[in-house]
Amino acid sequence: MVDYVFRVGGEGGEGVISTGELLTLALARAGFEIYTFRTYPAEIKGGHANYQVRASDHLLLSQGAAVDVLIAFNEEAYQKHIQDVHPGGVLIYDSDSFSVASTEAVISYGIPLTSIATQQVGVRLTKNIVVLGVLSQFFDIPAQRFESLLKERFGRKGQSVVEKNLQAFHAGLEVAKTQTKRDTIHLGEGSRKIKELVLSGNESLALGAIAAGCRIYAGYPITPATDIMEFLAKELPKVGGVVVQTEDEISAIGVVLGASFAGKKAMTATSGPGFSLMTEMMGLAVAAEIPAVIVDVQRVGPSTGMPTKTEQGDLYLAVYGGHGNCPRIVMGLTSVEDCFYGIMRAFNLSEQFQMPVVVLSDQYLGHRKATVPAPDPSRVPIVERRRPTAEELKNYKRYHLTADFVSPMSVPGTEGGGYIAEGLEHDEIGYPAASNHENHLQMTQKRYGKFHRVEQIANDLVRIYGQEHPEIGIISWGSSEGVVREAVQMALDRGYSVGAFHPKILYPQPLAKLKEFINGTKAIIIPEVNYTGQFATLLRKRFAYDFIQLNKCVGLPFTPKEIFDKVEEVARNVDSRSRAYAAKL
Amino acid sequence: MAQVKEYVGKVKPDWCPGCGDFAVLNALQRALAELDIAPHNVQIVSGIGCSSNLPGFIHAYGFHGLHGRALPVATGAKLGNHALTVIATGGDGDGYGIGVGHFIHTCRRNVDMTYIVMDNQIYGLTTGQASPTTEKDIRTKSTPEGTIETALNPIALALSSGATYVARGFSGDNLHLAQLMKGAIEHKGFALVDVFSPCVTYNKHNTYPWFRERVYKLEDERHDPSDFRLAIEKAFEWGARIPLGLFYKVERPTYEDQEPALRNGKPLVKQSLEQPDLASIMEDFI
Repeated sequence: MVDYVFRVGGEGGEGVISTGELLTLALARAGFEIYTFRTYPAEIKGGHANYQVRASDHLLLSQGAAVDVLIAFNEEAYQKHIQDVHPGGVLIYDSDSFSVASTEAVISYGIPLTSIATQQVGVRLTKNIVVLGVLSQFFDIPAQRFESLLKERFGRKGQSVVEKNLQAFHAGLEVAKTQTKRDTIHLGEGSRKIKELVLSGNESLALGAIAAGCRIYAGYPITPATDIMEFLAKELPKVGGVVVQTEDEISAIGVVLGASFAGKKAMTATSGPGFSLMTEMMGLAVAAEIPAVIVDVQRVGPSTGMPTKTEQGDLYLAVYGGHGNCPRIVMGLTSVEDCFYGIMRAFNLSEQFQMPVVVLSDQYLGHRKATVPAPDPSRVPIVERRRPTAEELKNYKRYHLTADFVSPMSVPGTEGGGYIAEGLEHDEIGYPAASNHENHLQMTQKRYGKFHRVEQIANDLVRIYGQEHPEIGIISWGSSEGVVREAVQMALDRGYSVGAFHPKILYPQPLAKLKEFINGTKAIIIPEVNYTGQFATLLRKRFAYDFIQLNKCVGLPFTPKEIFDKVEEVARNVDSRSRAYAAKL
Repeated sequence: MAQVKEYVGKVKPDWCPGCGDFAVLNALQRALAELDIAPHNVQIVSGIGCSSNLPGFIHAYGFHGLHGRALPVATGAKLGNHALTVIATGGDGDGYGIGVGHFIHTCRRNVDMTYIVMDNQIYGLTTGQASPTTEKDIRTKSTPEGTIETALNPIALALSSGATYVARGFSGDNLHLAQLMKGAIEHKGFALVDVFSPCVTYNKHNTYPWFRERVYKLEDERHDPSDFRLAIEKAFEWGARIPLGLFYKVERPTYEDQEPALRNGKPLVKQSLEQPDLASIMEDFI
């Protein structure tokens, strides 16, 4: 069975990321399942960057743990990552940059990457392509996959650039042939045959937005969300859509609300700092009942934080951000594939309930690439907002109090449908009613009435992995899904009674399904990539249960092993714990 | 031509008796009637403030949003349906204070819309604090010893930011104001109509008589609105004589003209809802 983890490390700007990307595509096209993880410096040049590619011939759920092949462009990369290489693993390093005393623990190949690039190819920057030749030769990754990729990638820069890169690649092949292979890693062609795409979370999300009918995107550049705007700037015009780069995030969400009010689906994507700026406008969307989709690709906060690192720290802001009694829907995206279907559902929910939907992704998910089956938009039927009937237009009430709390929303340009979208408290027609006390209660009940209806849908959008009624439960959210799934499998293999509950809608919570899951468990672990346990805190408001938190707050995602270790620890103590009391709503 | 009464809303204005905003509302209704634009094709967007209550008093589609944020919403509405006549309204605090960033960039973007600012040089709805256009040394509730900052110059700011129609009217001359608005709505591109709209309750300095002693009409002095340098010069004329009228007008491609999806095309809101060909996009990711 093939399952190898490659990690490339070096200085930012040295080509680490493009080595990783080309390796990813070559392996994917050779028929392997891929799961990447990328961490890179906040600086444009300099600082340490690394890119991890896991390749396998079976389904991958996480970035993996131990490294099989470490490619170190400099000594810093070697020092940082060598302890992650498992015994018997391989180190390939630039012997022009530093030297390594040979050890028993890893199989080292020192290759003079820099001098090959400067002397043989004549371009120092091509050392990251030389190394691809080395990898191809050592591990039998089909050379033609790399060759065609190099032609595609550099074709626009002219034939001479293509030639230089092919020359660098072949120099790598040749130098590797002079080395005696001492490891046993071998890939060849993979076994996967179905038509698959290689997408990052952000790309998958942007594609899903197009499928959902989004034709206006407004945004302001911010790491790690910017590539959503870049993707759409290229692709939306092809389907008749528009991308506006606004002067700030307030303007971005303002454009979204204006466009949605005019009758067209619109979206913005940002990260924590931008999302903080958007909260006032999100409140307006709640008050004026305007569908809007807001994506937050979370990064480490508070404030500017660590712009290129991952965290699940914006859940409170998503749920509570803004003033007043302000119900909105919050979703957590779980995988690259789910980014496509999740954003489609987000549009549907915002249209159906005429309220903002906050979609939480993060740097870990947004920037990692994975092989996914070509998405099928027909799996999520499109929902459009409720329009007034001809009868309703005769005496049109934009905020009519209906049995299901949703009122007909007319499109500007429709005769008889004129109304004012109001941020002031308003009556059923839409007229300001800022001094009508009873009306305020009715309108608040209307807005929460819609919100509570979402709970039903939340109950349908839950995934359970492992046992449905385990002794030890895990409740996780967002991008941790795959890692948790893998940890559950590890624990089941060791004979533990374990299961994981992973909701897609985080607010309102799927209370009925949660209750079912929690009842009868001896312990529940809630792993979150934040310091305080934001989801655990939300659940404590709902359940009198002694949840065990597992928090990681170093700017990196969980590994399956970390979660598995916690399960083991809890399993050892579970019977000596005071009995957890039954969940109650 | 439509009748002015077709544009009268069901809610009565809550402005103080004598407020300059009555004249602005009336001039806007008159301009729309003269242009014969059906009320359901008019989209009025405002922020927060006394003058931002205007959408409530006119018969059209309205959007009464956040303080300072009318222009982004108006931009979104125009992109969603560029067949609509989009008009943003607000005051000097809304547009030149909290929302000035959006003002500059909307000028620059040259979206086809009209922006009417009822400039009373005071924060009226919060009962009388200094605004960005309050003149220097004027005493207000927030500046008991007189304002320290230099007043912002909306006309010069609009000109330097790329607005393609820049005019100033006065609530004391309703018909003139209506003509400026008419020109603004007809103009293809971002049009600013800054209006001296006196606050009779909280601004005891810039009163109707104060303006009447000073204002004159640019067109009476054969001002050439195609001359940018002259427009800039006139923008800085203040004191004994203050110009009203059209400072500058130029034809420049609008944002919509340069946006492939909108150019010559149907409004986005009228597009087919059928699933587009995603497969061709996916080709790039195999």
